[in-house]
Amino acid sequence: MKISLNQKILSRNEECAKKNRAFFKENSVLCLNVISSPGSGKTTTISRMIKDVGDKIRMGVVEGDIKTDTDAQKIRDAGGQAVQIETHGACHLSAEQVYNAIKVLDAEKMDMVIIENVGNLVCPSAFDLGEGARVILLSVPEGDDKPIKYPGTFAEADVVLINKIDLMDYIDFNLERVLADIRVVNPDVEIFQVSATTGEGMEQWYEWLMNKSGAAQAAR
Amino acid sequence: MHETAVAESILHTIIAQADKANAKPVSAIISCGQFNTLNDECMQFAFEAAAAGTVCEKTKLVIKHIPLRAKCEQCQTVFEFDVYKPACGQCESKEFDFEPDAPLLLETIEFEG
Repeated sequence: MKISLNQKILSRNEECAKKNRAFFKENSVLCLNVISSPGSGKTTTISRMIKDVGDKIRMGVVEGDIKTDTDAQKIRDAGGQAVQIETHGACHLSAEQVYNAIKVLDAEKMDMVIIENVGNLVCPSAFDLGEGARVILLSVPEGDDKPIKYPGTFAEADVVLINKIDLMDYIDFNLERVLADIRVVNPDVEIFQVSATTGEGMEQWYEWLMNKSGAAQAAR
Repeated sequence: MHETAVAESILHTIIAQADKANAKPVSAIISCGQFNTLNDECMQFAFEAAAAGTVCEKTKLVIKHIPLRAKCEQCQTVFEFDVYKPACGQCESKEFDFEPDAPLLLETIEFEG
């Protein structure tokens, strides 16, 4: 006996992502799902955002890591509000974990919720968290071959931040190749070249955020 | 990619369906796209590990990979996208639009008898 289901395998996650998305929409909160390899500068970038524009955009941060609350602590040190999710081995965050975290964060009072996903350029991209924009970070020292090696991750992005551009002179990194490879799988994606350490290029990224979060608030 | 989570999710569904049908599941077919893809070896391993000691212990898992199609903006040809040669197969234009990538699906389950 054969039964035909044609059921989405991650449907439970998708149902919960829908709930999150409805919550963010209802409360005019812009939610970013930040995905990258470990060490590409997610926490440093978010800390810098809090310091630079935290007075204009009220931000809350959901930190995902396999172990420890090191990153949540760093965000608090930068003056931000953070909730840490420890996944205890899981390589990605799920929509349900985010659902529980945003309740703790009082996210309805925020303009923006930033989810820092578990450092991993592969698995997190399969899990919709209900975000308004998916942000992929690619840092210069990781190498210029990443977009073509991880096409699925870059195909689903709304924004790509090329981070650590201050190291471009020291590393064999072909920027043109990176831009071209990203455009192959995602022609309309927004790309910003930044350094979260020196602050270079961050202004344009903030401008995009202001517009996007302003749009979320205008709907309030 | 996220094979363990996929394995647990399909196992959950197959066991529920097996309970309902009161029959042993012999095989299950799942499918995935190209961006949202699965590694066959990892998937088989994860499913085997998750299924150990359950009614699915001997269930055969079949994984189908659905090609990603794109439509050429120049000559309108619909072609299968190849990351090694990202261009229209007909006119070699690099201007094209992707069709939606296939989702992760549990397509069918076959039971004994």
